[in-house]
Amino acid sequence: MHGYEFYVDPSRCIGCQSCVQACAECETHRGTSMINFDFIDRQGTTATSAYVCWHCEEPTCAMVCPADAIKKGDDGIVQSSLKPRCIGCSNCVLACPFGIPKIFPEYEQMMKCDMCYDRTSVGKRPMCATVCPSQALAYLRPEQIARRREKPTNVFQFGNQKIVTRVYMMVPAETDAVSLDVLDYMWEESYARFSQAQ
Amino acid sequence: MAKVPISLDKLADQFGPHPAHTPPGGWQDESRNSAERLVKTHCCFCGQQCGIQLKVRGNQVIGFEPWEEFPFNEGKLCPKGVKRYMQGGHPDRLLDPLMRTPNGFRKAKWDEALDFTANRLRDIQQKYGKDSVAIYGGASLISEKSYLLGKFARVALGTRHIDYNGRLCMVSAGTAYKLAFGVDRSPLPWGDIAMAQVALVAGANVAECAPITTDYLWRCRDAGGKLIIVDPRMTPICRNADMYLPVRPGTDLALYMGLLHVILRDGLERRDFISAHTSGFEPVAESVRAWDPRTAAEKTGVPPESIERAAHLFAKAERAVVLHARGVEHQSKGVENCLALINLCLATGNIGREGAGCAMITGQGNGQGGREHGQKCDQLPGQRSVSDPEARAHIAKVWGISPEEIPQAGYSAVEIMEAIHRGEIRALLSACFNPLVSLPDANYTREALERLEYFGVVDFFLSETAHHADVVFPGSLQEEEEGIGCTTEGRVIHIQKAVDPPGNAKADSFVYIELARRLGKEKYFPYNSTREIYDELREASRGGHADYYGITYEKIDKNMGVFWPCPTLDHPGTPRLFENGRSFHSDGKHHFVVTEWRESGDPVSVEYPIYLTTGRVVSQYLSGTQTRRIGALLDQYPNPRVEIHPKLAEQYGIKDGDWVTVASRRSEVTLQAMVVKTIRPDTVFIPYHWPGGRSANLLTHRTLDPRSKIPEFKVSACQIKKAAAPPEWALSSGAATSAARSSA
Repeated sequence: MHGYEFYVDPSRCIGCQSCVQACAECETHRGTSMINFDFIDRQGTTATSAYVCWHCEEPTCAMVCPADAIKKGDDGIVQSSLKPRCIGCSNCVLACPFGIPKIFPEYEQMMKCDMCYDRTSVGKRPMCATVCPSQALAYLRPEQIARRREKPTNVFQFGNQKIVTRVYMMVPAETDAVSLDVLDYMWEESYARFSQAQ
Repeated sequence: MAKVPISLDKLADQFGPHPAHTPPGGWQDESRNSAERLVKTHCCFCGQQCGIQLKVRGNQVIGFEPWEEFPFNEGKLCPKGVKRYMQGGHPDRLLDPLMRTPNGFRKAKWDEALDFTANRLRDIQQKYGKDSVAIYGGASLISEKSYLLGKFARVALGTRHIDYNGRLCMVSAGTAYKLAFGVDRSPLPWGDIAMAQVALVAGANVAECAPITTDYLWRCRDAGGKLIIVDPRMTPICRNADMYLPVRPGTDLALYMGLLHVILRDGLERRDFISAHTSGFEPVAESVRAWDPRTAAEKTGVPPESIERAAHLFAKAERAVVLHARGVEHQSKGVENCLALINLCLATGNIGREGAGCAMITGQGNGQGGREHGQKCDQLPGQRSVSDPEARAHIAKVWGISPEEIPQAGYSAVEIMEAIHRGEIRALLSACFNPLVSLPDANYTREALERLEYFGVVDFFLSETAHHADVVFPGSLQEEEEGIGCTTEGRVIHIQKAVDPPGNAKADSFVYIELARRLGKEKYFPYNSTREIYDELREASRGGHADYYGITYEKIDKNMGVFWPCPTLDHPGTPRLFENGRSFHSDGKHHFVVTEWRESGDPVSVEYPIYLTTGRVVSQYLSGTQTRRIGALLDQYPNPRVEIHPKLAEQYGIKDGDWVTVASRRSEVTLQAMVVKTIRPDTVFIPYHWPGGRSANLLTHRTLDPRSKIPEFKVSACQIKKAAAPPEWALSSGAATSAARSSA
């Protein structure tokens, strides 16, 4: 849908798995859910997370695919593997920094979220973001998301790999990019970089 | 008479619950065919009654599509709503009347089942009196059915004993709101939650029991609102709470009296509002004087500083809302708990304005509508009191009988079961109620059911309670009969009929109309459709508090629901009940009501040192009759587990996944431990959706709130120990099947 973007906010997730259940209703992969859902540490917290594919600008899954089976469309959507080409090697499964692609033995191919291509291409919102009770998964216009406490980012730093995605992650308002490396937050490291530059 | 005829395993083989994992026609086959039509209706699985579109092909519900235009939920659905359509074409669906034989249930013709029932009811009433027969209804029924049940009990049977499973749900809140406001309804539309500066959520697991309400709370926070949550467990929404108050089970009242104490001590009350719009303030102020933060903290386990801070946050807000649910209401002082919350709102002037007020979160699918029109033991349609001569005269006129013929108030749901147990009530006709799972003290309930001389059940699946029936009438799912419901907001909605009941199943209303005919009362039940019942309901409700006269099916469709009261056809409805100083009491005021502390009915002791509290999980609904038959929902949480804090678990040598026996003064259950830091270490939690050896209600007790007659599900005393071996239920076929499927 023109003018709409996909936003993921694990802080709002209530773990109900409505997204998981609704995704399995899809016409293209009926009975199988493409949502990545986790209880992060149920013994310690009720925190949960539900993720769709992030639809990277330069998809790692496609870059590592030896069979050239993973394609990104002009709309920025990274599709599931092309069945005639997919050899089920799991390179994509191992390489994706977000852990999204899965091999489905019953379909003999890698499948993942395609942002409800069948719905978004005809002006409907993706199923998961439509039903999500807490709107942890949301498909909204930027001016709507601007009313939230958190702000969206789509820049992720994984080690030396910088990834820009189609899907946005909601982060604390003062955050520009999500880094998962402690070094990026350490004073010694920024001092070291500074002294190297000298 | 009403012992289970054959073994439970044999019954389970025949009638389930068999979890359906695929839609009718399978994932890949027939169900891929596109829908012939989309029916705009509502979810059946909680009091929010979200808008949903059912995909229908032929006479089959085959899927769903979000209904984004419906304003309450805008397409949002919880997993129960997503999978509710899986009830369509379910293999366990009852397709014929059943009659018990020594060898189990046999199929019967409708005439035989109805004649047998009418004769038995007539005989029993002749032998033991009119009141020897009782009716159980349910708050998941459309309002037309609940109206019809009330009329059937009072006109066709002439018994005073009719009550419903809302007695386990909304009656504490309803009683409190009637005392304080003179009317039983959440006084604000849900949009007000998002406008509040402070939201106090009291004993409400919003994320799991009213998931759509979560988004209203998150929007409240987006606008800068503060969230205060009171619960013995850190439920999922607690992660975003500005304050979390971990109240000890059964001590909520002390906390709310403590909050009011601080507000009054520090002069934060709104004197102008109190004097203009309320009565009874002084005695309430006096009653909280002893509840200083230290005293309240000792009772509740909430730090005194938190009590001070929460009181200031709440009272200093321009607009504050209170949301409460079963956590505070399922107590022997459930009414007091609600009144104490209302007192907080009245003292701070948080009533009758945008973004301010208190609201009860209704539990059942039609929990609000199902209690307004006459299936409560003490109410007549329109939320009228059965003891009010004017109300009796009005209803008698609508029904075409004399006021004297309307029986007086009867027993409440638990009291009916107790009267059955002691032999005072001999026959029971039950619809939409599974008391063997949902009433407290399940062994006692079983004993009572076994003593019935006649037991008839109207249901679409064979519930555990129905195992004890003499006759089972195959009734209708929500989508098989047109009618109305009323949501937690007070919004009257239109339930569309999507399909006809399958096989020889019939719409529920058929059962009561046909029984009335056989009891010689057909002239009072001349209906050809639920629309005709609804038109009579509108007349019956006219002039009552819950006035539906101005609400038609067509008006609901046009306006996406209409809020009652709506006294005339051109009236727009009343989203905010107390706007412009309106009160439903004859003195024009809201009433402060004094609350008094008392202990729980099942106190902890040296022998039973741990609190047990019960509740729901997001993937199951009430007694599970429906949702334990939907595979995807069962997979999400296949069997009840007992939540234990690591500190308590360590004390008893229990590890996550261990089998643990939880024993109360009634009975014991053995369940797997879920060792989590999200519960107070003096408390364990068990969800109650399961029957037999997995039933949390084997442990609970029958102490009732003296006014609302709600059982104290949220506070029991128990002991725990590590079990030597898995329990019998874990080895039986049913549980093993669902466990195997969930791991597959």
